[in-house]
Amino acid sequence: MRKLLFQSLFRGPLTEQAPSLDETAVEELAAAFKHAARRRLGRSLSIREIDTGSCNACELEIHALNNAYYDVERFGIRFVASPRHADVLMVTGPVTKNMRDALERTHQATPDPKWVVAVGDCARDGGCFAGSYAVVGGVSQVIPVDLHIPGCPPPPVAILRGLLSLLDRTAKSASIT
Amino acid sequence: MPSLIDLMLEGRKVQQHGPWPRAVVDASIWQFAAAELAQGRWSLLGLWGEPSTVHMAIIDRGSADIAVVSLDCPDRAYPSVSRHCPPALRLERTLNDLFGLSAKDSPDTRPWVDHNCWGVRFPLRDSLGDRIDAPSTTAPYRFLPVEGGSPHQIAVGPVHAGIIEPGHFRFTASGETVVRLEQRLGYTHKGIEGLMRGASLERGVQLAGRVSGDSTVAYAYAFSRAAEAALQLVVPDRAVWLRALLAELERLANHLGDIGAICNDASFSLMQAHCNVLREDVLRAANIAFGHRLMRDVIVPGGIVCDLDENGQAAIRAALDKVHARFSALIELYDNTASLQDRTVGTGMVSSALARQYGAGGYVGRASGCAFDARRAPGYPPYDDLRFEVPVLDEGDVNARVWIRIREVEQCLSLTSQIMDRLPGGPLGVPVAAEARPREGMALIEGFRGDIMVWLRIDNGRIDRCHLRDPSWFQWPLLEAAIKDNIVADFPLCNKSFNCSYSGQDL
Repeated sequence: MRKLLFQSLFRGPLTEQAPSLDETAVEELAAAFKHAARRRLGRSLSIREIDTGSCNACELEIHALNNAYYDVERFGIRFVASPRHADVLMVTGPVTKNMRDALERTHQATPDPKWVVAVGDCARDGGCFAGSYAVVGGVSQVIPVDLHIPGCPPPPVAILRGLLSLLDRTAKSASIT
Repeated sequence: MPSLIDLMLEGRKVQQHGPWPRAVVDASIWQFAAAELAQGRWSLLGLWGEPSTVHMAIIDRGSADIAVVSLDCPDRAYPSVSRHCPPALRLERTLNDLFGLSAKDSPDTRPWVDHNCWGVRFPLRDSLGDRIDAPSTTAPYRFLPVEGGSPHQIAVGPVHAGIIEPGHFRFTASGETVVRLEQRLGYTHKGIEGLMRGASLERGVQLAGRVSGDSTVAYAYAFSRAAEAALQLVVPDRAVWLRALLAELERLANHLGDIGAICNDASFSLMQAHCNVLREDVLRAANIAFGHRLMRDVIVPGGIVCDLDENGQAAIRAALDKVHARFSALIELYDNTASLQDRTVGTGMVSSALARQYGAGGYVGRASGCAFDARRAPGYPPYDDLRFEVPVLDEGDVNARVWIRIREVEQCLSLTSQIMDRLPGGPLGVPVAAEARPREGMALIEGFRGDIMVWLRIDNGRIDRCHLRDPSWFQWPLLEAAIKDNIVADFPLCNKSFNCSYSGQDL
């Protein structure tokens, strides 16, 4: 294990070795996000993720935000275990009728001020599951949504970009009021 | 001892069903088949319904023969299979929830996916006009009783602490030790089988690819092969080989993620950090090669929709080389970290007998002595033309499930490079023509988690009925057994080592 840790010390940050074009986007977002997040929320943004019947693809990409390439914790963005610790509810899935009650209760358990981010095409309006007897059809049918991040599933960069635009908007509305 | 061929001869063979036979049988043959499942030579592959018919798919574990028996039940009742064969139990409860078809003499008649939130009962029962409104109030769900000692209960979910899917776990513990775990699932039920009715094949494969996102390739693959079996289409070679490449990349990415996540649930986050970097490399290569990180909507009936160019090949090779170069150090790290081994060895045991009884596929089965792999038997192209091993262990603990994944990562690396070296040229698909007569097809595809079964009937270019059976159906119940006598704190570790799909099971 020591050898592996030692190698990691000298290998340099992985972000620089990222092979795709996304790398620059991540860097760009990183700088902007840091600024906006600090102004509005100090150094931290706590997110509670809730799956209301997604196919689990969105969960995979939200998970990826924590890998060494995206490393969202460096911006103070953390995924927390309880809605009572959260600033943001990140909701995936078309909202199945079997999850509607749990979504409402999780929302109630989140302290104000709070924002709701709906992730994925089916969280917007039910997506390809719209019209089913078992599906409500979109997060905004149940709780107020501040932002939709489209995609099936949205890639990690798109999710990060979405969080940034949310912060920008809330910062602006705070300065108006 | 009868064979599945003998069983088929007892019934009326259905025409236009492929590639395996289906026969309509009477109640006595149905009961005979159910009782025979309990003997252990045959395993249950699936149990699904139509408004007044039940179907049961059976595989002979020795010969890998597959057959479907069907029973008409105009009185909406059929002899229980789960009375003989416990793996059928949750499927029977679902059949009742969706179709109102009840299993006579079933040991458990509680609902499963119906939480009385739909506003309607038996939603797939039949056409309009037959609608039965849900009762305005129902009794609370009865969890199984626990007696003796002074146990306490811990209720977890449906909203969990991590970024995972929703489900409810009811633990009964005595001190730290779990006496019983009872799962309650169905929270992610989206009614996909209902949406399939009347859908075009195009929409059908899109829905299939969204049954369980981590297996989006495998589901689209299974759906497409079932449709091709029904319509007797021959897929061009290049598409056949590229499909296998997609499937192996999906398996590789998922196993890498799982190995890291299991170690993370034993508080060893270093492994997760490294494994997730490799996983991300594979996903980025997939994005360059096929235009989508999870390779969604690439496989369609008739072939595939996007070709692999040189750029894509180079990206995949680069990612595979990196996994090759880094993975062995990670295996060594896993194997030589005593504090990690202390958590995984001997934890969450599944006996071979239980795994065999449930016909558990994937790493859950293969870590407990069941060698089944759908790529090998019944098999499908191009795997009959590729060299690969199916790793099997007997220990049945978390450690064994990690090792199966490690060995399968190595096999994936070998398979992907074999495929890319020998990739044939030619067209990417064949046109799918509508057939006037109803035709039925089924397919069994090895996803990263285990064998996915799809059965469908196509009528005039539209899907009349489609059933998709996730491997998790036969793995979830084993998790209840695996956690018994372990401490509550080891549940996340055990759960992750199974990594069953909630969405795939709930459908």
